[in-house]
Amino acid sequence: MAGAWETVIGLETHVQLRTVSKMFCGCSAAFGAPPNSNVCPVCLGLPGALPVPNEHALQLAVRAALGLGCTVHPRSVFARKNYFYPDLPKGYQISQFEQPLATAGSLSYLSPDRGIAAATIQRLHVEEDAGKSLHDRFPKQTAIDLNRCGVPLIEIVTGPDFRSPHEARTYLLTLKQVLEYAGISDCDMEKGSLRVDANVSVRRVGETMLGTKTELKNINSFAYVEKALTVERDRQIAVLAGGGTLAQQTMLYDSKTNSVRPQRSKEESHDYRYFPDPDLPPLVLTEQFIAEQQTLLPELPAKKRERFVEKYALSVSDAAVLTADRNVADYYEAVVHAGADAKTAANWVMTEVLADAKDHADGLRVAAGALANLIGLVRGGTLSHQAAKRVFAEVAERGGEPRNVAEALGLVQVADTGVLAGWVSDVLGAHTSEVRRYKLGETKLLQFFVGQVMKASRGKADPKLAQRVLEEKLAP
Amino acid sequence: MPGGSSGGSAALVAAGAVPAALGSETGGSVRQPASLCGVVGIKPTYGRVSRYGLVAFGSSLDQIGVLGRSVHDAARVLSVISGRDPKDSTCEDRDSLRLPNVPESLQGFVIGVPKEYFPQDLDAAVRRACDRAIRLLRELGAAVREVSLPHTAYAVATYYIIAPAEASSNLARYDGARYGPRFNGSEDVRALYRTTRGEGFGPEVRRRVLVGTYVLSSGYYDAYYRKAQQMRALIAQDFRNVFDRGVDLLFTPTTPTPAFKAGEKLNDPVAMYLSDIFTVTANLAGLPAISVPIGRIKGLPIGGQLIGQAFLEDEMLEAAYALERAVPASEEA
Repeated sequence: MAGAWETVIGLETHVQLRTVSKMFCGCSAAFGAPPNSNVCPVCLGLPGALPVPNEHALQLAVRAALGLGCTVHPRSVFARKNYFYPDLPKGYQISQFEQPLATAGSLSYLSPDRGIAAATIQRLHVEEDAGKSLHDRFPKQTAIDLNRCGVPLIEIVTGPDFRSPHEARTYLLTLKQVLEYAGISDCDMEKGSLRVDANVSVRRVGETMLGTKTELKNINSFAYVEKALTVERDRQIAVLAGGGTLAQQTMLYDSKTNSVRPQRSKEESHDYRYFPDPDLPPLVLTEQFIAEQQTLLPELPAKKRERFVEKYALSVSDAAVLTADRNVADYYEAVVHAGADAKTAANWVMTEVLADAKDHADGLRVAAGALANLIGLVRGGTLSHQAAKRVFAEVAERGGEPRNVAEALGLVQVADTGVLAGWVSDVLGAHTSEVRRYKLGETKLLQFFVGQVMKASRGKADPKLAQRVLEEKLAP
Repeated sequence: MPGGSSGGSAALVAAGAVPAALGSETGGSVRQPASLCGVVGIKPTYGRVSRYGLVAFGSSLDQIGVLGRSVHDAARVLSVISGRDPKDSTCEDRDSLRLPNVPESLQGFVIGVPKEYFPQDLDAAVRRACDRAIRLLRELGAAVREVSLPHTAYAVATYYIIAPAEASSNLARYDGARYGPRFNGSEDVRALYRTTRGEGFGPEVRRRVLVGTYVLSSGYYDAYYRKAQQMRALIAQDFRNVFDRGVDLLFTPTTPTPAFKAGEKLNDPVAMYLSDIFTVTANLAGLPAISVPIGRIKGLPIGGQLIGQAFLEDEMLEAAYALERAVPASEEA
């Protein structure tokens, strides 16, 4: 019976912090270096080597926690998570367990089903990444790349707050936006800088107890988040609807077949034997340190969106488009500060600028000041909107000042009534039947004549002036 | 037996092969062999010497110590190796230790003698040597007081939970995958771990890894590891209480008996563990301690221990200098 089931999802998101070096040593944290080249005694877990926390990573983690409205604890504890795996050379991962960096936050997002909704952030803690096991590089052998070993991560755990796969995905996109905004992470799922595991259960609508949950892993791309969750949700409903019971287990998603399979019991959850890491004293953060991170936190998307609506009189949806990316939002504001009308600037940024940015990897190619000048040229009647679009494309491609470019392209509007009168006579002479109909009262043909004049002038005519000259010529 | 685990260092110093040697301590591995070999052994305050480069066993207890033929020799080496190290987050941000002068007397020193370290069944020769040492300390001008460290009885049990727990994790890296020797059986990774760890570790290490794994397991963590941590805090508090009441240093025997014969205790790990009874507390509380020869019985050396306050090694060394000078050379106590 459709609609009789309610989905309950919680997400655990691992995010790589945007630091130059690793969490506990000076090795580069960069992605894509030759295998096992960014390693040292500390991240290789060689005997005698000891971890030293990366202060920048802690700054970013605290900023993330503050951005998510968490309580940042002045004292947290690093703990060892013990398990044997070949890509974990120490035999334990340094994480946080009983006393995490931050707890009790929330992130509001626009639910596709419920409008503005808030996800609770149960905890946010700092940890180091493990290396990578490559099972497909050599036949029958597993290759280990330890470059990723020790790369700084935060884990962000939500409550069981999402009621649909779509909702979970929307939260994740909102989270990504916040973290990108604050410069905390690249949030690139393909590069592994954002990874998500989900706890999924279903229950009858109206039921308040949670159903048996499974942990869904191996969701490797944003595109699969919703699919994977849907597949698992549907599987659970099918089992329960058929009178079966669910096992609390870990499921692995396979994007190739869009299906899930239980993790083999051998790979199944270990007893991690967490205990406080004796190599690291408790992490004590001063009030001043935390306050400083707060001041370094930029205005976050939701706040900025509200401000744009208020300050620039934009619609919520336009403001949402403009604030989705921090660079775009900053660019828009720079255009307005350079003198452009807020509404016109918004239209330009949402159409020409974003389209150009989408087609070219090199970002926002027309300087904000140049776009403001271009908008000014249209407003002043020097350029038609159509001509301005061509100038924009030209400036984007080859640079230059919009006015000079417009002149070089011969796009500056002709506001000389003498020249205009010539084009007007040509147009009227070539369309005698339309002239007759106009004179018989079909005045809406005026726009047709304006269009023809623009065509004859190849866009150079000032349309307003052309209209005035036409009206004079056509006057009885 | 020279004792251990830094018994090799102690034996070499005692034999005159080297003037001083480094040793590492988790529960007394420097002081215990120093006592049995008749040399000086210092375990500094936790955080006084960097642990970077030291193969970790029980990270919260491990310290590098020094063995020397005299207090001065050992202290000089300590002054060189101590001091801050940005590579060890548990190493204190302090200058290296400055050597104190040899004091004329111990006037003004208050030395506590904890009654729990002198049980009824303490070896008679050890007791005699300690009694004489206490008399010598008094003669040097120190005020000697009996004090109590009530949680001492739990120290060995506490130690043998915390040290194996940390060791089980610290030794996990010797799995044959990245570091160190790899034993055959690499058909699958579990087999590789089993053979490498099964054959690579000796029985005592395997026993400690098993104990440590057990006490950290979910379901047992609260009953063992957490309790041991709580007890550790109480043991440290015992020391603070005594020091807060005006006591500068504590004097105790270093070991319950003089050296034992080769093979004597091998089959009884618990008896072996109990020989740490007077030394583990300084590791649990992170305090500096030194073992100084205080006499011999039938040729076997006996060591006396001074336990100091955290980072006050200089006071401890002053008293040790004075005691060392006062003890008659090579004479039965």
